[in-house]
Amino acid sequence: MAAAPETSAEYIKHHLTNLTFGQHPDGHWGFAHSMQEAAEMGFWAINVDSMLFSVGLGVLFLWGFRKAARTATAGVPGGWQNFVEWVVEFIDESVRGSFSGKNPLVGPLALTIFIWIFLMNLMDLIPVDWLPAVAGVAGVGHLKVVSSTDPNITFGLSLSVFVLVLYYSFKMKGVGGFFGELAFQPFPKFLAPVNLVLEGVTLIAKPVSLSLRLFGNMYAGEMIFILIALMYGGGLALGAFGGLLQLGWAIFHILIITLQAFIFMTLTIVYLDMACQEHH
Amino acid sequence: MENALLYIAGGLMMGLGALGAAVGIGILGGRFLEGAARQPELIPMLRTQFFIVMGLVDAVPMIAVGLAMYVMFAVVGG
Repeated sequence: MAAAPETSAEYIKHHLTNLTFGQHPDGHWGFAHSMQEAAEMGFWAINVDSMLFSVGLGVLFLWGFRKAARTATAGVPGGWQNFVEWVVEFIDESVRGSFSGKNPLVGPLALTIFIWIFLMNLMDLIPVDWLPAVAGVAGVGHLKVVSSTDPNITFGLSLSVFVLVLYYSFKMKGVGGFFGELAFQPFPKFLAPVNLVLEGVTLIAKPVSLSLRLFGNMYAGEMIFILIALMYGGGLALGAFGGLLQLGWAIFHILIITLQAFIFMTLTIVYLDMACQEHH
Repeated sequence: MENALLYIAGGLMMGLGALGAAVGIGILGGRFLEGAARQPELIPMLRTQFFIVMGLVDAVPMIAVGLAMYVMFAVVGG
């Protein structure tokens, strides 16, 4: 690695630092070399590693599924086509189960969210030192491989969903209907300000909880992987025990990453369903 | 002294998080088994819902565990 970490705390912090590109306080543009430098760059700094991995995985997903769609046959399907069909059917079933209206956007959106978040979470299963070590040989000091442990990415996802929720709320219910839903529930009309505060908090809590849930789970999982990786420096016996722990946690983590991707997708569908319902 | 308080804070975060998750998942699993025993034909549907709610219940304690680990190993160690 470029700057060899020494204590365990430095090792952990090194692994939790993004590769940030932005403008230094003295005016020139470049990569940050520590968390503090990255914080000083302010709003317009960009986490290059998160963007690289999230966009790369998105392209991989589109390329793979497009390939399956282009080469789909009615005859004997290959393994990849089988898998893609199974995934699409599974998503279709979930959307039909939770979304009551008719909307051509929700199905593809759910598929994209599920596969994309799953792929980003899947990067968590790669041993934590492999890719940063390769990047270190190439001269890059920091590299955070799991995009969903970056709150910028998860908030980007949830805010996009929130924009869609607002769009469909206004489109399906109209301005008056949407305002009525916010102001005239759950108490009678003369308590409208109280209702507005209550329902407003509920509305804002949706994107915040959606993104923080994904971020927190992935961050905690990554943290535990890093702590297990620390054990490899502690001699043969501790290292072997660490290997066992890593295997166990990785197997448990397969459940978590799938579940979190699925929950994000299901809640997106449910929120959009609530936005599209016209009665009340 | 400060470090001791940080360790206690980490222990509290993990312990209280585990408490909440245990109560929540215990109730959830019990109700799931009750429902499954009453109407076995609904098990596939119930299992899906069970896992969704388990993910929701499990999320916050898991975040607490991650933060506690961070406090105990990165903040105290640094």
